[in-house]
Amino acid sequence: MSADISFLDGVMTVRLSGEIDHHSAADLRDSIDSAAERQNPKKLILDFSRVGFMDSSGIGLIMGRYRLIKEMGGSLSILGASDAIKRVIKLAGLERLGIAIA
Amino acid sequence: MEKPINEMRLVIPSRSSNESFARVAVASFVAQLDPTLDELSDIKTAVSEAVTNCIVHGYRDTIGSIYINARIYASGKLSVKIRDTGCGITDVRQAMEPLFTTGGSDRSGLGFTVMESFTDKLKVRSNPGKGTTVTLEKFIERRERG
Repeated sequence: MSADISFLDGVMTVRLSGEIDHHSAADLRDSIDSAAERQNPKKLILDFSRVGFMDSSGIGLIMGRYRLIKEMGGSLSILGASDAIKRVIKLAGLERLGIAIA
Repeated sequence: MEKPINEMRLVIPSRSSNESFARVAVASFVAQLDPTLDELSDIKTAVSEAVTNCIVHGYRDTIGSIYINARIYASGKLSVKIRDTGCGITDVRQAMEPLFTTGGSDRSGLGFTVMESFTDKLKVRSNPGKGTTVTLEKFIERRERG
């Protein structure tokens, strides 16, 4: 599991790859949060294109980052989630929080 | 009672690094029923949730054993029992409510909801102080072999 983090014009993009479960989520959370706190992005993009598996620990990861970016006055978008990952996201009703899912 | 055509048992310590091993082991076992990728993904997700519950809740401050017993049947049914001998759940109904969690801010409280919607049947039995057993059942659709 890894997260490639980049910044451009206030947008922080996190390219996730591998499998997201309770085990891998803790490290991801730490690296995303410390980068976000340093850079204060206006927008956070989580790119799931290279994530092969995600359970509800991934929902916890997304919701926690949503809270963080909201406190900073920014917004969160999710990109590239597979159909299987979208099913987990749907169960959580993340769209209703105003998270853009593409 | 239908008899299983095959069975596997697995005992693993409740280390989070075993979450991926557990779901892949069950998925490999069920491959004999020739599931679709979607069915496999459902099974892996549900098993991952159940095993994570043992680790995060059952054995919250300790390392204990997780017992996994998977059976497959000629009808295409898969039954997976995931058991811990940890702290148990006082109120199972409350624990199964969507978004309910005792796991802190980064736990979504959706584990049982995911298990329920990704399988055909979910049974939870728990004794406070003795442990919890989750039984997941999923029917793998029988398809004509090419």
